[in-house]
Amino acid sequence: MQELSMNILDIAENSVAANATLVQITLNGQTAQKLLTLTIQDNGKGMSQELVQRVTDPFCTSRTTRKVGLGLPFLKMAAQLTGGDMYIQSTVGVGTCVTATFTLGHIDLMPLGDVAGTVTTLIQCNPQVDFIYTLTVNSQSFCTDTRQLREILGDVPLSTPQVALFIKEYIEENSAELYTGLLNI
Amino acid sequence: MKSLQELAAIRDKMKQTVNTRDTAHDGIRVVVGMATCGIAAGARPVLNAFTEEVARRDLHHVLVTQTGCIGICQYEPVVEIYDRDGTKTTYVKMTPDKVAKVVGDHIVGGTPVTEYTIGSTTK
Ligand SMILES: Nc1ncnc2c1ncn2[C@@H]1O[C@H](COP(=O)(O)OP(=O)(O)OP(=O)(O)O)[C@@H](O)[C@H]1O
Ligand SMILES: [Mg+2]
Repeated sequence: MQELSMNILDIAENSVAANATLVQITLNGQTAQKLLTLTIQDNGKGMSQELVQRVTDPFCTSRTTRKVGLGLPFLKMAAQLTGGDMYIQSTVGVGTCVTATFTLGHIDLMPLGDVAGTVTTLIQCNPQVDFIYTLTVNSQSFCTDTRQLREILGDVPLSTPQVALFIKEYIEENSAELYTGLLNI
Repeated sequence: MKSLQELAAIRDKMKQTVNTRDTAHDGIRVVVGMATCGIAAGARPVLNAFTEEVARRDLHHVLVTQTGCIGICQYEPVVEIYDRDGTKTTYVKMTPDKVAKVVGDHIVGGTPVTEYTIGSTTK
């Protein structure tokens, strides 16, 4: 993956695949601590502890015949390259929270990329799921919640391209200043 | 800066279409392969570009959506277009800059862009 936004899409797709009805994506940048924290939390089917162990380290289990995905190992690697880490908290039947930390300003920190494009794609392609995206930089935040968007839209679906384009531009415009703050370290 | 007020205006504009026909079942579907392989190959910007082009031309009854791995990972990003009659065209190695032509020629004009389809790459 060339951008963190693509990892975010990939990890959130796992939540959708786990039948989540609510997925919360948060990006929190604290410039004084040079810390960027990404969390993707869902109320999907969850994972056993054994599965959690296995999905974060595919190389430990290369002897098993079972297919192991690359999404979580990619994210873990991206975090560790900056001196951060990734961990998963999960409870079967309750949900999963994937947390990744990154060092802001680190030379190996991938660009965030088009996070608005990622959030829009998730919303547009999974209209049965609610998404909450919160971007925080220091003390300022911006939040999009599909439950609020649905209230405005009534019976016009979130999958409508004209609606999706609005959502993307809405997120972009409202995040621009916060992103600038993230880069000023 | 965009506000949610504008979303209400878009809703009012779209409402008539939605009420008269079911977009998901009665239109053209653009389906982008979005498993890890597709995402890593750049499928998301392609999906965003289709969405933008369809919205800017204000086309109705066109759904842009995703699917899992289409199974031809070496040709990612892969896009399948299902026409109203169910005909499927598979576009391979798609990039955002190819999208305007596919929307114009195929979705609006009804003529698939054969040079971007799977047949032309295997030749
Ligand atoms: N949020 C989640 N809820 C429940 N199970 C999950 C979640 N995230 C991951 N998993 C489990 O972990 C496995 C590995 O996830 P990972 O993203 O690494 O690969 P994958 O989704 O299987 O394949 P791909 O490489 O195509 O993404 C998944 O198949 C799934 O069983
Ligand atoms: Mg995955």
